[in-house]
Amino acid sequence: MADFSLFSRRFDVKRVPGFASVALGVFVMLYMPVILLVVYSFNKGTNLAFWEGFSLRWYVQAYHNEAVQEAAFRSLYLALIAATLATTAATMAALATTRTKKFRGQMLIYTLINQPLMVPEIVTAVALLIFFAMIKVATGHTGMIYLIVAHTAFCIPFAYLPIRARLESMDLTLETAAADLYASPWMTFRRVTLPLMWPGIVAGLMLAFVVSLDDVVITEFVKSAGQETLPTFMLGQLRRVVTPEVNAISTVLMAVSVIFVAMFFVLTGRKN
Amino acid sequence: MTVQADPVTVDKAVEIERDARRRDVRMRWLLSAPALTIITLFAAGPLLIVLVYSFLTPGNYGNVKWIFSIDAWTNVVVQRDIFDNTLQWADAHLSIFWRSLKLSIVTTILTAIFGIPTAYFIATRSAKTRNLWLFLITIPFWTNLLVRTIAVQELIRTEGVINNVLRMLHIIDTPIQMMFTDFAIGFGMTYVYLPLMVLPVYASIEKLDFRLVEAGYDLYASRWTCFRRIILPLVKPGMIAGSILVFVPSLGAYVTPRVLGGGKNLMFGNLIELQFGQGRNWPLGAALSISLMVLVMVALIYYTRISSGGDKQNG
Repeated sequence: MADFSLFSRRFDVKRVPGFASVALGVFVMLYMPVILLVVYSFNKGTNLAFWEGFSLRWYVQAYHNEAVQEAAFRSLYLALIAATLATTAATMAALATTRTKKFRGQMLIYTLINQPLMVPEIVTAVALLIFFAMIKVATGHTGMIYLIVAHTAFCIPFAYLPIRARLESMDLTLETAAADLYASPWMTFRRVTLPLMWPGIVAGLMLAFVVSLDDVVITEFVKSAGQETLPTFMLGQLRRVVTPEVNAISTVLMAVSVIFVAMFFVLTGRKN
Repeated sequence: MTVQADPVTVDKAVEIERDARRRDVRMRWLLSAPALTIITLFAAGPLLIVLVYSFLTPGNYGNVKWIFSIDAWTNVVVQRDIFDNTLQWADAHLSIFWRSLKLSIVTTILTAIFGIPTAYFIATRSAKTRNLWLFLITIPFWTNLLVRTIAVQELIRTEGVINNVLRMLHIIDTPIQMMFTDFAIGFGMTYVYLPLMVLPVYASIEKLDFRLVEAGYDLYASRWTCFRRIILPLVKPGMIAGSILVFVPSLGAYVTPRVLGGGKNLMFGNLIELQFGQGRNWPLGAALSISLMVLVMVALIYYTRISSGGDKQNG
């Protein structure tokens, strides 16, 4: 019998030499700076460079800093309102653009909804600065409404995508069955369609919330005096002496994003 | 009585169906209306105002005077000498455009060099662990861009981690100045945009039929030849998608160059911001914004051309 011992170690067609090492290096590089940032947020000393012992000092200081409190509250309030409005509009638009024969203008709707993703953020920011400057001069009103509508607009595509994906994976059989059983269209929507698309809606809401919470550029250009959000507050702080307080705020902000993204993964991955 | 398909009834049925369809489409437009209105008013529409502003005269304290002028557009690339009134290339602008282009290309290449092996690694894991690796790539993608930029800053600052470690190991005596250089911006952008390269490349490797690679080995191709001649061409659409996804935000980057590049190493986005801040030249800022948008649009159209062409090739 021929000796096959040469092939005893299975030959893996998928292996490309060196790729695994590069990939692991990338993962280390991707997480190291962020982990260091988190670690140093618990540093006792003012110095960012040397470890002087564990302490929650910077978290306490950030918590008692009125400017931070105010910015954090504003960020949450803005993200909550903008994400809710964007998700509502996106849900309606997703219902309108899925599960249908192609109709005239469908491509236009699709392009317009995704438009905020195609234009560089700085350009949209400048456009809104100019547009809102006109309105502010004309009306004299400088409230949060400008930030709310701006955030709602750029959150819509982010909310739209998971909802649309969810709807496209649902067929019309159950709805047809409901209609056959004499359910009214509204009843069918409320009792069949809505519960089925709910995970998509929640996923869209969370994505929109995170995107609004993290926005820097558009907020920086649209905000009136005294309307700092957490990210723009941090950007302003970077110009001055950086203390680990910024690290502490960053860590909290990051934790919120990670929790939301993890929940998003659970929601959209369950059906697989 | 039997139902006859008499022409009147058929016409009626067709009409009813057409009516239903018309009502359905009308309802769909109505449902889309809120989203379309918000985006038209607060994202797409204002771009037209930017176009109008680029043809006006700058006001003394910011904003504009409503006097037509094409100065903003000529000022994008040339400037008038204050002494002898001759036209010269606007070197300051040109060097910023060059830096933006250079750093965006470098970022795209670096993310490809690091991103393709990473995507390949993830796609060839077992189904169980694959989702975990994918999750690890997606997490940074959804965490705050500013926070990730600050993390890079902590690493490369003069009193940052890298310099401290090198000094402790006595490799260097004086800290290396990495902040506020083109290197810092390139490094930072590669770091923050890497997931944008990995995800689309991963999507196309995942679809790859490894029986083709096996066939290659059967025909005595080496590993490298298999990678270059079989895997790479099949993964090309993903690589192009990833490159565009990295190149476009790099070109319009604002936060990363502002934090890591400082006041001197401006990129396109920072030059635009300058016109609305200290520069007080809104029309020039508007003209620069439109220029940036056109560049991005050209890249995106090129991308859709290539990707739709690729689809045809694959049947």
